[in-house]
Formats: sequence, C-alpha cells, structure tokens
Amino acid sequence: MVEIPSGSAGAIPSAEVEDVELYHPRSWWTKYVFSQDAKIIAVQYSVTAISIGLVALVLSWLMRLQLAFPGYFTFIDADHYYQFITMHGMIMVIYLLTALFLGGFGNYLIPLMVGARDMVFPYANMLSYWIYLLAVLILAAGFFAPGGPTGAGWTLYPPQAVLSGTPGGKDWGILLMLTSLIVFIIGFTMGGLNYVVTVLQGRARGMTLMRMPLTVWGIFTATVMALLAFPALFVACVMMLFDRLLGTSFFMPAIVEMGEQLQHGGGSPILFQHLFWFFGHPEVYIVALPAFGIVSDLISTHARKNIFGYRMMVWAIVIIGALSFIVWAHHMYVSGMNPAFGFFFATTTLIIAIPTAIKVYNWVLTLWRGDIHLTLPMLFALAFIVTFVNGGLTGLFLGNVVVDVPLSDTMFVVAHFHMVMGVAPILVIFGAIYHWYPKVTGRMLNETLGQIHFWTTFLGTYAIFFPMHYLGLLGVPRRYFELGETAFVPPSAHTLNIFITVMALIVGAGQMVFLFNLVWSLFRGKEAGGNPWRATTLEWQTPQTPPVHGNWGKDLPVVYRWAYDYSVPGAAEDFIPQTVPASGGVTREVPA
Amino acid sequence: MNVTLIFLAVIGAIIVWWLAGQRLTSKPWLETGSVQLPDHHSADPQQPPVPAVKIGLFVFLGVVGALFSLAVSAYFMRMASADWWATPVPRLLWVNTAALASSSVALQWAKREAGHGRMESLRPVLAAAFALAVFFLVGQIQAWRELTAAGYVLADNPANSFFYMLTGLHGLHILGGLTVLAHTTVRAFASDVQPDRLRLSLDLSAIYSHFMLAVWLLLFSLFAGWANDFVDLCRTLLT
Repeated sequence: MVEIPSGSAGAIPSAEVEDVELYHPRSWWTKYVFSQDAKIIAVQYSVTAISIGLVALVLSWLMRLQLAFPGYFTFIDADHYYQFITMHGMIMVIYLLTALFLGGFGNYLIPLMVGARDMVFPYANMLSYWIYLLAVLILAAGFFAPGGPTGAGWTLYPPQAVLSGTPGGKDWGILLMLTSLIVFIIGFTMGGLNYVVTVLQGRARGMTLMRMPLTVWGIFTATVMALLAFPALFVACVMMLFDRLLGTSFFMPAIVEMGEQLQHGGGSPILFQHLFWFFGHPEVYIVALPAFGIVSDLISTHARKNIFGYRMMVWAIVIIGALSFIVWAHHMYVSGMNPAFGFFFATTTLIIAIPTAIKVYNWVLTLWRGDIHLTLPMLFALAFIVTFVNGGLTGLFLGNVVVDVPLSDTMFVVAHFHMVMGVAPILVIFGAIYHWYPKVTGRMLNETLGQIHFWTTFLGTYAIFFPMHYLGLLGVPRRYFELGETAFVPPSAHTLNIFITVMALIVGAGQMVFLFNLVWSLFRGKEAGGNPWRATTLEWQTPQTPPVHGNWGKDLPVVYRWAYDYSVPGAAEDFIPQTVPASGGVTREVPA
Repeated sequence: MNVTLIFLAVIGAIIVWWLAGQRLTSKPWLETGSVQLPDHHSADPQQPPVPAVKIGLFVFLGVVGALFSLAVSAYFMRMASADWWATPVPRLLWVNTAALASSSVALQWAKREAGHGRMESLRPVLAAAFALAVFFLVGQIQAWRELTAAGYVLADNPANSFFYMLTGLHGLHILGGLTVLAHTTVRAFASDVQPDRLRLSLDLSAIYSHFMLAVWLLLFSLFAGWANDFVDLCRTLLT
C-alpha cells in the first residue's frame, strides 16, 4: 500500500478515464430497461421488491382477518390460509428484504459510497436483475397455477411439503416455489459477486477499508454471508425437486399417504432442516447487517456526531457474520436432535448477543450529547433501535432450550421474529428511503405525509406485536387456521386477536400513504439540491443530482478522511466531506 | 455438516488472513489528510494489480466450493441410514478422470505458451484441452448409461441418487466452464489476437479447470469409497 501525505497532492496518480472506457447506452431501451447502470438496476430491484412485497402485505391482512373473525370470510379456507402463510413468509424474507437490501441499496450505494463509476461487472449485474425478476414471476405464477401456491410453510419442511395433504404438494405449487428459489439464488450470485468485488477492487484513491461508511461494511459482509449460505438452500431445493419429481428418497422417509405406501423410504427430514437452517439463520443477519450499517450512518448524520466506536462497529459486523454460521440448529430444538447439540447451539446463540449489544450501546452513545435532528430518517432510526432491542431480548428467551421448547409452537415466536427481523429492518428500509430519496430523484419526500407514515407504522406495529407475545405466553399456537374451543385460551384472547387485526389493517393503510408520497414527491416534492442532509459521505458529493451514468465527472474522487467528520472542533461547518483535504497543512501524525 | 464446517473454517481463515492485511486496527479519525492508495490503484509498474475478474473468479469458486461441500455433507449424513448400498464405480470413470486431468494440464500448458507469447503453438494445445473436457462430459453421460443399464437407477437407492445428482451438478459446472472456454478458443484462432486478453482468459480458465478437477477427484474418492475410510477414522477420533 502506498501512502501519500496530504501536502503533496501532485503525487497522487491521476484516475482520469478515457471517454471510451465508460459504457454508454445507445438507446432508451438500454438506458432505462436493459440498463447496465447500477443506479437504474437498483431502482428496478427496489420497485420489483416493493411490488411483490405489497402482495405479501395483502396476504397478511387476509390471514389476520381469518384469525380475528374465523368462519366469517368464507373464501378463506384452511388450504388458502396455509398458502397465505407460506407466500407471505417467503416473499417478505427473500424476495423483499434480501432483494431490497442487497439488490436495491447495495446496487445504489456501493459504487457511489466507495467512489466507483459503476459495479465492476455491469453486464452480470444487469443479468442479476432480470433473473431476479424471472424468479419473482415464477413465484407469482403459483397463485394462478392449478392447485394454487404451496402451503408448506415458508420453511418447506419435507415430507409434508411434497405430499397431497399440503396445498400444492402434489400440484404445481411446490415445484414453482423450489424453481423460483433456485433461479433467485443463481441471479443473486451474479449480483453478489459484483457487490463483493466492487468493494474489493472499485474503491477510490484514499478509500481504505477503515474509511468506508458502515453501510458499505454491512452490505459487504451480508453479501459474503449470502454467497456462502444460499448454496445450502440451493442444494436443499434441488434435492427436494428430485424427491418430488424423480422419486428419490433424500428427505422422504417410508410413508403411507391416503392408505397407500409410497415409493420413498429411508430419507431424512432432519437433513433438510439442517440444510435449510444452515441457510436460514445467516439469512436473518443477511437482512440485519445492512440494516445495522445503514442505521449507523443515519444516526451519525442526523445527530451531527461521529459514530461512536467505529472500529468496534466494524469488528462487531464481521464477528456477527462469522458467528451466525454456527447457530443454525437453534431453530431445531424441537426436532428431536441430540440435546448436547442444543446446549452447544444455545451457547453460540447467546454469544451473538455480545457484539450485537456493542452495536446498540454504540448507537446510543453516538446519540449522547449529539445535535439530534428529528428528521424522518432519524425517527425511523430511533424506532429501529427500540424495536431491535425489544425483539432481541425475546431472542434471548428463545435461544435457551428449556424456555424454547414450550414456547416454540406459540405466537410468542411469531411476535419475536416479526419484531426483530420483520419490523426492525423494514423501519431501516423506510428510514433509508427517506434519507436517500433526494439523491435518487433530486426531490425531498413530503414531511407531513412522512410523519403520518412514521407514527402509524411505529405505534401500529407495536400494537400488533406486543399483544402477540402475551398470546404466545397464554399458549395460543401459531400456524393454526382457527382455534376452536380450547380450555386454556380465554375469550379475551379472541378480543385481542380482533384488536391485532384492526391494527394490522391500519398499519397497512399507513403504507399506502407512503406509496402515495413516493409517487407524489417524484413530481411535486421540494427540490433537494446535492446534499440536503449536509452529509460527509461520497454519494452526496456527486457533481450532479441525481448522479448521471459514471457517477463522477472526468476524474474520480480522492478520499482524505473517514466518513464521520461531523461537528469537528474548529471547522467552519459542522460536517467535512470525505473529499476535503486537511486544511492548512494540519496533518495529524499517522501512527505506523 | 462437518464437511461444511471444515470448508467454512478454511474460508474463514482466508478472510481473516486478508483482513489482517487491511489495518483493521487503524484509527481512521486520526488519519485525516493522508491518502492511502488501495492495491488496485498501485502505481508500481513491477506489480500490476490483480484484475477484477480474477478476484471475481476466486469469490465464485468460494460459492461453488460451498455448494459442493454442502452437498457432500448431505451425502455423509444420508449415508448413515440403513438403506444405503454403495453404487459400483464404472471403470469408465477412470478414463474420464484421466481426460479431465489431461484437459487441466493442457490448459496450464496453453497458459504457459501464452505467457511466452507463442500464439502459434498454444492453439493446438488449447483445442486439445477443449476436446478433452468435452470427452469427459460425454464419458460421464456414458457412465450414467452403463449404470442405468446395469439396473442402478436414480431412485433405487440413496447412493445412486447422490451419484447422479453430484455428477450432474459437477457436469453442469464443467459445461459452464466449457462455454467460456469455447469462447476463448474461438478467440485464440481469430486472426487479430489480443495477447493480453487471451492471456487473462487462459489464466482464468486454467484456475477454474484445476478447481473443478479437484472437486471431481474428491467426489470420485467419495464414490470409490476411499473417502469413507478417512471419514470413519475422523469419526473415531472425534468420538
């Protein structure tokens, strides 16, 4: 590594590019549709993910309606209910959260934040989006296929997933689901290679790893994890397709279906669970780490204060990423595996609480004595911290084998994971959209509509999921189509279910305000200017807003400082962009 | 899942080794003003930066490695059940292995020729490497047919199922490599050869081919049963 002191700016080699080196789109089609520009691809990813996410939102309404008013909506029968559960879960976790954080924010922010012109493999990047779109279409085709989509639950456990008792088990449903996942993973791998190699190879001069904003660290680590974890889902899907189509017995034990002995025998359903959760647990952090990174940047920018413990934050991200690969079996305490394993996995699970707690403390300490601006991104970031702590604490309950066993099949688990990996990351996504929308479109989102959206979402989700913990402690089971008459569930639980459903509908309506805001502000929003939040990171220093193809003018930016120079004592402004050299030759000594 | 965990440990070691060189203990808030050039911006002409595609290939090989180590983990876990009878190894697989290994060697040779700028002599070597890889694929399909004809069908026994699935997955990866190699071969025979690009393509193809050969040797040892003795030994040591 070459090190150049600030005084000798002339020694920095030029990174001007010849015009021919930049790929130039030739027509409207290659500019906006089959675009190789990461920014356009990011918008395509985001719009697709949000669209399919809306489908999942509607599915959750239908489920809630059934739970609150069983028997009232005759078009929802047990089969439909399970199909709604399955599709809601799978869409939200993979096709919305993963695609939006990595495909959406990753594509938009990585090149801009590290000072690159574009991703390193633009063509593969474009393919990645179109393959993702294909996966979404295959998934959505399930709704129109004979027998409907699969109702196996989002974990798709065999043997039930491929038997006739499960909706879609012997029809198209499960086939489309597995195919869609396989296609998604292929597409994601193409995108993922881009995100990783761009961070490794595309950084601007002066952008060392330790000067990268935490957003990039979060997305980078999550992508590395996803590249290693998704193959597990890939293998599991391929093997289940073999079982379902070709009669093999990877996962299928000897089984009697409808009084008929099936061909299968000897297969191990537990094997599927191992493969699935080897992917499934890292998946939680694949969604959480980008959220951690983004929220760090939002808090620092809107509290006008440098992030507390930057090095710790980076290390914590890496350590969480590594640990998340050795905790998968805590999803399998009730699968009948060896109790000694349970003890091991409970220990590793609880150890993750340490780096996670470090992050939470550092966010709070960043806020401490900061100049907190309660802008919309800040509100969402604050809401995230609270929600994540709440959801994380119940994770400590469930991580213990003896506590998990009685709670495992109750609404308590539903409440836990919706708080920690549903609501919390979604709050960050909203905060991030309010934060970066001005850069993407050049216009601010409407503040009043944003406030309505924030308070409905924040208070509403608490009204939904807090009572759900209580229902779980009462013993109300999850996955049940209707409760019927039970001795241990008091009538008040039904009243509470109605309350939760009403709140869910209100929160859903709140999201419509947000969608309206997105469209309305595109045309009528206040002009934002290049750097409305007075932020330091590179994406706010582009010569044009929205940034044009190639991001930077003729010469690439040079980075002279880390990403968090807010409220530096003695500085004229309360922020110093990363591209500003040290003033007046006051260079502090660099420790070797 | 032990195989997967070992694989992850290796990947983890590589990541830690790489991170160790990235000054993760530096205090960026104190280093205002200095500009450290990342390696790929290095102005040193002696050490040209590693091209991005090469890094990309290594990351991709990590993904492929994860895929196969997971599949092999599943193989060992499924193997523990009582209904497992090992599939016999067709003799043809030895020939195929030899073909794949020669293809790999030929690519390495072609790469060396390109390094010395001998464009004329690398063409037949490259063509041979391509043909040998095609031979391997055809041979694999022939091995499938022999097994099926002998009654070892896919759904009959989990060992058979794994044999067909793993060889199939491996074959698909070879096929993907072949499409790239075909592209390179055509370019090598073109009249206006760009030596630099060709050298890079050959370098990448050789790396990929060696990696897939290593995967195949591991799979082959699995099917032939040698790996099982080793795994039994490990199990005894662990328990």
